[in-house]
Amino acid sequence: MANNKRIDEPTGIETVGHEWDGIEELNNPVPRWWLITLYLTVIFALGYVVIYPAVPLANGGTQGLWGWTSRGQLAQEMAAGAASRKAATDAIAGMPLDQLVKDEKLLQLAIAGGSAAFKQNCVQCHGSGAAGSVGYPNLKDDDWLWGGNANEIELTLNHGIRAADDPATRTSLMPSFGKDRILNPAQVGDTAAYVLSLSGKHPKDAAATRGAAIFAVNCVACHGTDGKGLRQFGAPNLTDAVWLYGGKPDQVSASIHKARAGVMPAWNKKLDPVTIKMLAAYVHSLGGGEDFTTATSAPARGSPGNAQTK
Amino acid sequence: MLKPNSPASPTRFFVKREPVFPKAVQGPFRRFKWLVMILTLGIYYVTPWLRWDRGPYAPNQAVLIDLAGRRFFMFNIEIWPQEFYFVAGLLIMAGVGLFLVTSAVGRAWCGYACPQTVWTDLFQHVDRLVDGDRNAQVRLQAALWGAEKAFKRGFKWSIYLFISFWTGGAWIMYFADAPTLTVDFWTGQAAPVAYVTVAILTATTFIMGGFMREQICMYMCPWPRIQTAMLDEKSLIVTYKDWRGEKRGSVKSAEKNPGEFGDCIDCNQCVAVCPTGYDIRNGQDIQCITCALCIDACDSVMQQTGRPRGLIDYATLDDCEAERAGGEPRPISKALFHTRTLIYMGVWGAIGLALLFALGTRTRIDLAVQKDRNPPFTVQSSGEVRNDFTVKLVNMQARPRLMQVSLEGLPGGTFWTGDISRDAAARALTVTVPADRVAPLRVYVVAPAGTAPQKFAFTLRALDAEGGGDRSEVRFDAPRENSDDDEGEQE
Repeated sequence: MANNKRIDEPTGIETVGHEWDGIEELNNPVPRWWLITLYLTVIFALGYVVIYPAVPLANGGTQGLWGWTSRGQLAQEMAAGAASRKAATDAIAGMPLDQLVKDEKLLQLAIAGGSAAFKQNCVQCHGSGAAGSVGYPNLKDDDWLWGGNANEIELTLNHGIRAADDPATRTSLMPSFGKDRILNPAQVGDTAAYVLSLSGKHPKDAAATRGAAIFAVNCVACHGTDGKGLRQFGAPNLTDAVWLYGGKPDQVSASIHKARAGVMPAWNKKLDPVTIKMLAAYVHSLGGGEDFTTATSAPARGSPGNAQTK
Repeated sequence: MLKPNSPASPTRFFVKREPVFPKAVQGPFRRFKWLVMILTLGIYYVTPWLRWDRGPYAPNQAVLIDLAGRRFFMFNIEIWPQEFYFVAGLLIMAGVGLFLVTSAVGRAWCGYACPQTVWTDLFQHVDRLVDGDRNAQVRLQAALWGAEKAFKRGFKWSIYLFISFWTGGAWIMYFADAPTLTVDFWTGQAAPVAYVTVAILTATTFIMGGFMREQICMYMCPWPRIQTAMLDEKSLIVTYKDWRGEKRGSVKSAEKNPGEFGDCIDCNQCVAVCPTGYDIRNGQDIQCITCALCIDACDSVMQQTGRPRGLIDYATLDDCEAERAGGEPRPISKALFHTRTLIYMGVWGAIGLALLFALGTRTRIDLAVQKDRNPPFTVQSSGEVRNDFTVKLVNMQARPRLMQVSLEGLPGGTFWTGDISRDAAARALTVTVPADRVAPLRVYVVAPAGTAPQKFAFTLRALDAEGGGDRSEVRFDAPRENSDDDEGEQE
């Protein structure tokens, strides 16, 4: 077919010899820049095949001269990231939290690091905004079961709450007053009425008066005679506006009936001390964190580390 | 010119570049070009080294584009990213300014001030310095490669490279403190982007100024194409007065046959001096950048032959028509102002005044409030409702300023910040905002239990003599009235 080659008169160039309905094609050479580019890519490809992993073999493939792997590159980049943070994390590691909260620049770094760690480890229960949900404390408010200064928060993070695998964990156990037949359902209802009356959510009526008597016998050991709770037991303040398991009468009754015992893991098993310290700084910064001075002057406060109960 | 499919050039679809060896020329326009070159190059090279004292909190470089710090300094003006419209306004003014210049004096930008023209001109002077004037250059171009040619070419291209390098080197000085950057650059401590920028600009200057030259104007630049649409018969152009010049003939021919020939003696000087190698006697063309060197050349020839100057001259086509019909030549100054020029001038001036007004009345203090939405509110143990905000106090002055942030509305509300304790909560707090900085504050606003969701505002006031302030309205979220019955109290 390609035997009809002829010289095209106006241009003086040979045709390729094909002809479609009178249309012919000139046999112009490929542009030189194009050819040069092609040869360059070929040279590049040869080098690439030698240097990088390229040819698949029966078991794996060629490794390449430089031994590059994407996994290795990731490890390298992670190491570089850690190295770039090293100065900051070392400084944070070497500074006690009560000093750290005063060092504005380092504190900002710690809060930023804590915020990142929080999003990986804590949001599952406490929510992305740290506002918690029923049974999972809101970390933004100023109500703390076990203490809200930075050291107490760090201790809670390290050893968790009722964490089975950590002997130093914070622990306490409220009896299931209804389920274990310590109180009958009517008594549970009366106690709930009294507890709610402490914050004005229930009138001080006959039920509340009956409940007060029951409370005085069964509850004051942990919740205090005034119902304001005791932090060494993680016993909540019953007179305030914050209700971890809900503040409606039936919710409070349910809490008295079957008791509550929330659990938090001991994070020192999973996270390094610097990360935990940064998490403590972050949680402390959320708006409800207590100063060291206010914390010590608070009436009901457990000393750090004094976690054993019952 | 070349016809694409003529038998003489069977496969050629573009004109091969004819090398241009412009001849040196003296005259008023050449002197003006020297002046413009000294001015523009001087501005370009010297500006980054000018100092301007802004006090201890801001750089002391007069013109500085601080990309990392996101600031643009120009003498006593400092522009923040959110004020970039000033730069946009300047660019629009530059655009309208080009229109204005074009409608008044034609392609004056191309002829005198365009960087491509200035650097090409500079490089052509280098050519003459190393190789000699036009004829010597033509001879050297045609000569076989030998020791002399190799040396001259090497020497010339080294000078090209040197100029190009300084051009690229000057550019980066606008983006960092010039003395520091110079030291860093030579000690290998400057940012890689500095070296890359210098390399790229060196290469482009070397190639565009040294070799591509007029081809940039003819094939790459959009401006000559836009100008062909903008020029009209009222625009000043460089033009050959053919009714006076034709028919061309040498001085001897004219002496032999008086009356038969025009003033043009066909000496070709106008072509010889042209930096783009154009023959202006063919009429206005995209290739003519109106640098007016042909006017200088022709005028000196006319003077030598005892004829009146201005055979090639600045003129409008309208004036040419009038002159051809026997009218008096009109002075150039009268061609400068016509309707279009005045309209452009009005637009240009209006934008300029608007920018000046905006510059004079802009505030150097700003307040931006961002509310935390997750969660929208927090109930405190006391039952009070807390909303959290990130409040940004912007101090655009180069000195620390004392400012007061206060609440407006929200009865019973108080706030404290991340830096102070809850005990110090108040309705107004003073903060010292560092110089030239945005100070982000974590702000916790509490209102009494039972506060309904509502709007309130943060107000900012500078407590120094300069004063000024800002206000930002935001929403305060709170549990609904009957929250006892819903899930609102799960905290």
